[in-house]
Amino acid sequence: MANLIPIYYLGKKHMVPEGVTIMGAIESSGHRLVRGCGCRGGFCGACATVFRVPGDHRIMVGLACQTRVEAGMDVAILPYYPAQKTIYDCNAVENPAGALQLMYPEMYRCLGCSACTKICPQDLPVMDIIAAAQRGNLPAVAELSFDCVMCGLCASRCLAQMVPYNIAMAARRIYSHFMLPRPDYVGDRIREIKEGVYDRQIDDLLEKGPEELQKLYAERDIECI
Amino acid sequence: MAYPSHFDETLNLVKDTRRFRKKQEMKRLADAERRDLIESYHPDYRAEGMELLRIGSNRGDRVPGELAKALESYSIFEAGRLNLSAPDYITDILIVGGGGAGCAAALTAREGGAEVLMATKLRLGDANTLMAEGGMCSPVRPEDSPYLHFIDTIGGGHYTNIPELVKALVMDGPEIASWLMSLGVMFDYEADGSLKVNHCGGHSRKRMLSCKDLTGLELMRVLRDEMRDREIPCLEFSPVVDLLLDEKGSCAGAVLYNMDTAEFTVVKAKAVIMASGGIGRLHIQGFPTTNHYGATADGLVVAYRAGAEMVHMDSIQYHPTGTVWPEQLLGQLITEVMRGHGAHLVNASGERFINELECRDTCASACIRECSERGNGVITPTGFEGVWLDTPLIPDIKNHFVGIYQRFKKYDIDIQQEPILVYPTQHYQNGGLLINQHAETSLPGLFAAGEVAGGIQGKNRLAGNSLLDIFVYGRRAARRALISSSEAAAPEGLSAQHLHSWHEKLKELGIPLTQQAPVLLPDYTPEEVKKEG
Repeated sequence: MANLIPIYYLGKKHMVPEGVTIMGAIESSGHRLVRGCGCRGGFCGACATVFRVPGDHRIMVGLACQTRVEAGMDVAILPYYPAQKTIYDCNAVENPAGALQLMYPEMYRCLGCSACTKICPQDLPVMDIIAAAQRGNLPAVAELSFDCVMCGLCASRCLAQMVPYNIAMAARRIYSHFMLPRPDYVGDRIREIKEGVYDRQIDDLLEKGPEELQKLYAERDIECI
Repeated sequence: MAYPSHFDETLNLVKDTRRFRKKQEMKRLADAERRDLIESYHPDYRAEGMELLRIGSNRGDRVPGELAKALESYSIFEAGRLNLSAPDYITDILIVGGGGAGCAAALTAREGGAEVLMATKLRLGDANTLMAEGGMCSPVRPEDSPYLHFIDTIGGGHYTNIPELVKALVMDGPEIASWLMSLGVMFDYEADGSLKVNHCGGHSRKRMLSCKDLTGLELMRVLRDEMRDREIPCLEFSPVVDLLLDEKGSCAGAVLYNMDTAEFTVVKAKAVIMASGGIGRLHIQGFPTTNHYGATADGLVVAYRAGAEMVHMDSIQYHPTGTVWPEQLLGQLITEVMRGHGAHLVNASGERFINELECRDTCASACIRECSERGNGVITPTGFEGVWLDTPLIPDIKNHFVGIYQRFKKYDIDIQQEPILVYPTQHYQNGGLLINQHAETSLPGLFAAGEVAGGIQGKNRLAGNSLLDIFVYGRRAARRALISSSEAAAPEGLSAQHLHSWHEKLKELGIPLTQQAPVLLPDYTPEEVKKEG
């Protein structure tokens, strides 16, 4: 039996096994999560959690599924935080570099306080991302924000009341749509398929029994790593 | 929490053998050897884990015991208490599930002008799609072709795949890649502007398109954003708990359960697209899983008792490399692309034991053999066992595998310097609802796409093929549902009558009334806490 340590979940004390995640601790004390729990693997941002630990004045954050409990920790999961999002059509954006400015003018109200960067459980440089967005530097926003799980914590702290993760989301899509390469061979392959170039080859395979397929499979050449 | 000190000896062996292993050639297994390995060690072949279905259209089929129990269950509501003549929602197409397949279906149906309603168990986008790391296969390169992708897929599936479904998969692949690019997905590119492609188990060409090691996250957040831009309504925290049929016996809607308010919601629709995902959280044979919290086989349960047929449900995919240590990450996925980039599978003595690019069932069986019969596993302080995935062999790991690198760094393990301890983890249901190339199930009016659908991948899915199949069949389901729903009049005589006869049969089998499904969410309250309660 593991050592038990006290934590406070929504202000109520529970004795939980040492070393488990916050999510594991909440469940081990008998709660069945409905909201505030998603992929349980650190990808989905459903379990953004704020907490304090004894002897430290700071508010701290983490994903409940990824953060280990500490003795005396006082935790709350933030299952939802209201966010504004501008509706747009990625295909119809006219001026990619100026798009964010029109969609999210509130980003120019950034006070440079860095609360967003400090709170990001993914350790993303959120304030720098917004600075890049203000300059219309889509490639920088896209690269810097790529690991964003859209948990909403940055929006909860922003003094300028913006939603950094939705700004970054739009930036990545517009960047990808207008600035990433579109190799010709993708279109060529689609055209070949439409023209029926592979139909006979594959219809022949549909006729074959397992033994013939097995032979083709065993004899296929494999590209090197 | 770096590795416990008693791992030092084996960690040193892994380090010392690295140089030798880099030059070592591991032969691929012949078909007979592969079959023998799988039949001896793969969990699908453990007799005690499987049961014969006693009821429904697949009666007599062998399926995992946990699934048999879910299928042989009573509905969670009393049909007589719902007013089916006054539905809460009336729509053209109801889409059940807000993952990759559901969103692809919803967007495609909306493009085609249909009225669409989506219902999902948790939030829009909370799905296994989001957790996919490695990538999506598509035969787009000049060196590749749909023909080669077909052979790899059907060979990987041990020739059990339904060939027409494989054809649709590989022929639609390039169009899907192009569609995702147009939506603004950030795929990886080489400096020359070509798409970056990764190698992975069972594929004869590099054809996996990636978005770093967060491919699913990137795909899912783009699709979710587009769903919002198209203003497609989505009922969150509203899982399906049963299907409804019309007077002709066609699927014509569903009952949802609002998990926030504990109310039931009745939806009437001309077509239903089931895209509810997989089974991992039923913890088949006690295995940990890479799956999402909501993956409890709901779609199979409700469609099966409404009369839809299943295929290959004796076949579960165990991903060879689930995390074993640290225990907080138990069962979580380590992408196959790491092996595609040269990481070895290594036992406690530092020896390789399988060609790392064999298919998943083969590699998983080899890992299990190493830890069981051969006794070459590494045992953790709490009694779990695993083998090493030797990540320091991968060049530039921090850039390509940033997600995994960060995850382990939090536990003081630097995967640039130290390997990862892994063991097979439940990852995917290979089988599912039987569909044809239009994603139609055997129940008229019901379509299926994504993990809940079966037959495409046969009894072993190749890496990168499910991210493709969710989009191929999501879009195909929508296109066919558009045709059928535009021709059809609104369904008449909505009923849950099929549940009465189902329940009668369950009673005859002596199944207790408390055995109800879908279970909706797993229960992780420890037994001792329940007893105290």
